[in-house]
Amino acid sequence: MSERTNEQWLAALGSPGADYDAALADLRAQLVKGLGYALSAPGNIRPEDLEDFAQDALLKILDGLHTFRGESKFMTWAQKIAVRVAFSELRRRRWRDTSLDAMTEGVGGGEFIPPELIDPDADSEQQAMQRLLLQRVRYVIDHELTDRQRRALVAAVLHGVPPDELARRMDTNRNAVYKLIHDARKRLKKQLLATGLSAQEVLAVFE
Amino acid sequence: MQLDTLKQLVRGIIETRPEEIGCDSCFEELDRFVEMKLAGKDTAAAMPLVHDHLERCPACRAEFEALLAALQKLAEAAP
Repeated sequence: MSERTNEQWLAALGSPGADYDAALADLRAQLVKGLGYALSAPGNIRPEDLEDFAQDALLKILDGLHTFRGESKFMTWAQKIAVRVAFSELRRRRWRDTSLDAMTEGVGGGEFIPPELIDPDADSEQQAMQRLLLQRVRYVIDHELTDRQRRALVAAVLHGVPPDELARRMDTNRNAVYKLIHDARKRLKKQLLATGLSAQEVLAVFE
Repeated sequence: MQLDTLKQLVRGIIETRPEEIGCDSCFEELDRFVEMKLAGKDTAAAMPLVHDHLERCPACRAEFEALLAALQKLAEAAP
């Protein structure tokens, strides 16, 4: 398998010709190999998965050739897409039987952070501060977050639902889910700092 | 919620920045970021927003780590 420059990859894959089939075969082989390394940790990979993921990635790569900006090696960019394809599918499988409604329905501040959840190793003054701050967090969740922000936060923090799977269930995209949670965090931060404590002091309360 | 999760949540809230990039922007830059990492460069200084996003977003972090591992092993296996 020969090493190609970015320009050679783009030229070979960009139009039918003598190099096209060879480049496609080389790329597919590299994607399968790369995915084998990338997915060595998760245990739920089927033997045919690597080929399937590589094939799906190949289609995305060919469709998106015009979006390659040349700021990295072509193979790095291609492997990035293959990893995204594989992880998205694995997450879809992992979470496919999970209902967002079941996870988040009726979960307010008190269910999100139960009142009894206090650091048992903290001294009494520190525990009092924790109670005060967590009361604010619960208040924001119950009164200041939108329903979508609350649901996204609960699902992500309590259940570890990844953003692409949240997006699928909330009929939006991964970026919008991140923004929902970011906006929720900004609101929570504002309230925590409204106590007059500095950021460092808030962190110290929970050390 | 467990105590460790609570502490992580509080840290995540307090370390929230007014402007953060989302998953799409992170993905756009990830190939450049991972090559800088492979080259031993200080990615936190060179690409702070991507670095910050990867610290906050477990899904993007997992993809970054998988990509890094794949590229490292491909390089090792290359003739």
